[in-house]
Amino acid sequence: MSAITHHVPDAILASYAAGSLPQAFAVAVASHVSLCAHCRGALEAHQAVGGVILEDTKAVAVSASLKDSILAQLDAPYTPEPVYERNGIFPGPVMEVMQRHAPRWKKLGMGVRQDILSADAHGSVRLLYIPPGQAVPDHSHNGLEMTLVLQGSFSDETGRFGVGDLEIADETVEHTPVADPGAACICLAATDARLRFNALVPRLLQPLFRI
Amino acid sequence: MLTQTIDRPNLAKSNKVTPRREREPVSQTKNDYSDETIWMLAVRDTRDRGAFAALFDHFAPRLKGFLIRGGASPQQAEEIVQDVMLTIWRKADMFDPHRAQVSAWIYQIARNRRIDIARKENRPMPEALKEEPELEPDASQILGLEQETTQLKQALAALKPEQREVIEKAYLGELTHQEISMQTGLPLGTIKSRIRLGLQRLRHELKDLTQ
Repeated sequence: MSAITHHVPDAILASYAAGSLPQAFAVAVASHVSLCAHCRGALEAHQAVGGVILEDTKAVAVSASLKDSILAQLDAPYTPEPVYERNGIFPGPVMEVMQRHAPRWKKLGMGVRQDILSADAHGSVRLLYIPPGQAVPDHSHNGLEMTLVLQGSFSDETGRFGVGDLEIADETVEHTPVADPGAACICLAATDARLRFNALVPRLLQPLFRI
Repeated sequence: MLTQTIDRPNLAKSNKVTPRREREPVSQTKNDYSDETIWMLAVRDTRDRGAFAALFDHFAPRLKGFLIRGGASPQQAEEIVQDVMLTIWRKADMFDPHRAQVSAWIYQIARNRRIDIARKENRPMPEALKEEPELEPDASQILGLEQETTQLKQALAALKPEQREVIEKAYLGELTHQEISMQTGLPLGTIKSRIRLGLQRLRHELKDLTQ
């Protein structure tokens, strides 16, 4: 495969490091960083800034018993957090959202499929499956949308996006991504607005399918 | 003898107080590691409880102050300090001094814990890269990263108070990614390059990352 050329901007990496990035975008960023050593280095640089700020923070005395209480717990049994490893094309953070399941595709028409992994008022994370040569169905999004390519590639007015590339588009970006020839394109798409894809697509497809 | 201080830009002009560590000439042996790095490696490699207690004395009051600044009550802050300190002990094998200062590593653990509690769901994390046990430590890389971090600290100290305030808010998670402007004058490029050198040591694993 070709090298990753579309990366995470600094302000978004800083926000992810600080934990202020909405959950859906955090899944996309953590997935991209899992695939991209370049952005992993940049993320760790932001964590270094956070570390310097922590070092320089004015100390506040802890209660007298805290240290002994912690030292006494060092040997206590505990349940380690689950580790989500990459599985095929799916990076660990995607496996975590899928809870290690295989995708549960739902047909959207024109060979396009989607699997909504999570959706609430704060945003949505979904997988998209676009057959080669097929355009990504038009969908509007308020705010930002991040699209991470997991398999195949797509191209739009702004360039070509291959495996690991992250496209970040806001509502001002008018683009028509089309899956390139070859393998079907599978993407992770994250939005910070309520999901509108579902309602909108059947309406767009209505004239075609008379549904 | 050639020391790494020669090619360091003079960023310290505005620093009236120079911390102890920065005055020491840097040769390239592990005897010159910072106290925090020495303690953390002792915890990681020999499960040294004395070193853990030293880390507690250094970081617990700073963590408490940091968490209170980030909006936690004193009691919440102590609970999180306890969780963070236990995580340091339990996940010590994930600490890689070629890529992170102890403060940066702890910052990241503390942000995770804070977000997990606030959102009641786990913050998505990139897949972990673990140093192979047979890999020899590279003292010049570890010291190089300590020097870059010192420069970052000096650059932060040289900022105007209102600029510094914005940076602190950003890394405390109080700003959205839209609000974070990276026009801060922080020389992040050099520490990114240094951390990427640390990542290259893991190229065996990174090769898989780019497939």
